[in-house]
Amino acid sequence: MKKSSWFVATATVLGFAFLYIPILSLIIFSFNKSRLVTVWAGFSTQWYGKLFADPQILGAAWISLKIAFISASLAVVLGTLAALVLVRFRRFHGKNLLGAMIIAPLVMPDVIIGLSLLLLFVAMEAMFGWPAGRGLTTIIIAHTTFCMAYVAVVVQSRLVDMDESLEEAALDLGAKPARVFFDVTLPLISPALVSGWLLSFTLSLDDLVIASFTSGPGASTLPMVIFSKVRLGVSPDINALATIIIVMVAIGVLLAATWMKPKRV
Amino acid sequence: MSFSANKATFGTLIKRTLVKRIRFRGRSLVIGIPLWWLIVFFLIPFVVVAKISFSEAIIARPPYSSLLEWKEGGFLLLKLHFSNYLYLLEDSLYISAYWSSIKVAFFSTLIALLVAYPMAYYIARSTERRRNILLMLIILPFWTSFLLRVYAWIGILKTHGIINNILMSLGITSEPLVMMQTNFAVYVGIVYTYLPFMILPLYTNLVKLDNSLLEASADLGANPLTTFFKITLPLSVPGIIAGSMLVFIPVVGEFVIPALLGGPDTLMIGKVLWDEFFSNRDWPVASAVAIVMLVLLVIPVMLLRNAQNASRAAST
Repeated sequence: MKKSSWFVATATVLGFAFLYIPILSLIIFSFNKSRLVTVWAGFSTQWYGKLFADPQILGAAWISLKIAFISASLAVVLGTLAALVLVRFRRFHGKNLLGAMIIAPLVMPDVIIGLSLLLLFVAMEAMFGWPAGRGLTTIIIAHTTFCMAYVAVVVQSRLVDMDESLEEAALDLGAKPARVFFDVTLPLISPALVSGWLLSFTLSLDDLVIASFTSGPGASTLPMVIFSKVRLGVSPDINALATIIIVMVAIGVLLAATWMKPKRV
Repeated sequence: MSFSANKATFGTLIKRTLVKRIRFRGRSLVIGIPLWWLIVFFLIPFVVVAKISFSEAIIARPPYSSLLEWKEGGFLLLKLHFSNYLYLLEDSLYISAYWSSIKVAFFSTLIALLVAYPMAYYIARSTERRRNILLMLIILPFWTSFLLRVYAWIGILKTHGIINNILMSLGITSEPLVMMQTNFAVYVGIVYTYLPFMILPLYTNLVKLDNSLLEASADLGANPLTTFFKITLPLSVPGIIAGSMLVFIPVVGEFVIPALLGGPDTLMIGKVLWDEFFSNRDWPVASAVAIVMLVLLVIPVMLLRNAQNASRAAST
């Protein structure tokens, strides 16, 4: 293996600095005593206390966690089905359509997805009376739709890499397709399902634009509350919230990485 | 005897077709659930948007007119209003917003490519242990809140922010630089948040690069720069296309970054659509803005699909 040149190495170090300095600055200034976010005035944890005393943020966080949990679970089921159908099934009517529809949400601008789903919900309510108003259900449907695309991509690449002969052997030994799926395929792709679920969970937790379009009164998610606060300027309790999220995510990713490593052959 | 044998074969025949039926049912169910979910919640919404873009804004709930009208004598009248599209052409705001969104997306894609390429190259050339750690470091910020990472830049770039504090305490500038609410801040925010989307496809491509090609080129007397431009770069074109599309397409419709980091003269179509919908409450015009944006993005989406199919074909 040829070593990379000093230019490439320097560019890489600078690139990583670019990625991590903003995150470090968020964490450092969350412990700042001063209200002014960027002037250091001594160590303090007061903003964490303030954060946990804010019912608006806590309520929104609870709503967001509920939405993320349900959407991620639904997205894993639907996304896995889509991936399975696209990779393992022979040609069928609508395969190209499904392939195109599963990749489009990955790059489709959020404003378009949000607007189009809202208009669909309004039209459906006018025609069938469902969904009555907008809120948790409509956000969950919207999040499931764009998250399932991410799950499908992750599961698809796992299915492509997987040794198909194992499934064929099980079929030859007389197992029914459903049994083959649950006993052979599912355990082999389970790491992809876990990462797909985690990815969907964070994407849903993070989404501002689609949730703003599809939400109704009384269903403000955490990003919506953060956005309205941040628009008025920086506030240190948002730094505290960011730090908590970053630490939890880092722990989660590290755990997932160590948990999944021994399974990879 | 023969009758019972016949009966048995007949029985198995029925059983077989039945099993086939069930299997067939199961198959179409497995296909149907994701397919219909996406048709209802992804495809049909675009039809609804297209429909509403041809209607008229009225003060009602919902705030748009119906396209179909029953006239006396059972005639069905179809009324299409092209006025929303004409309005987009007449008001220079929209055309310049589309143009500046494409410009911002193009240049930030280019900058992201220049920043990402050496990083992806370095990671692809590292030992496996280091490669896994570096990849995780690339992915990690992507898992933390996008909104909060954009927010972090406000603290860094604003007038009394971190950069200005450092510059002024070092005596490099006496007046704070104005960086927030400028296009510069928007570029920084976009490149920062979309960098992982550029690095990962490039890495996937570069890691497959056959080392013996580079060695052969070096043996034949090419210097590293020639080898890069004649071998590495041409072979990584599918990765460059995939990464560029993953950055370019969503950036065209980006809302959060221009809303938080941009200023009054930052004009981006995602923000225009948002304001049209939430501030002006003009649903038909917002729909027309979305449809035009969609049409503009169809070409890069097709390019992306072709690039992915090509790289899939090349890898198998």
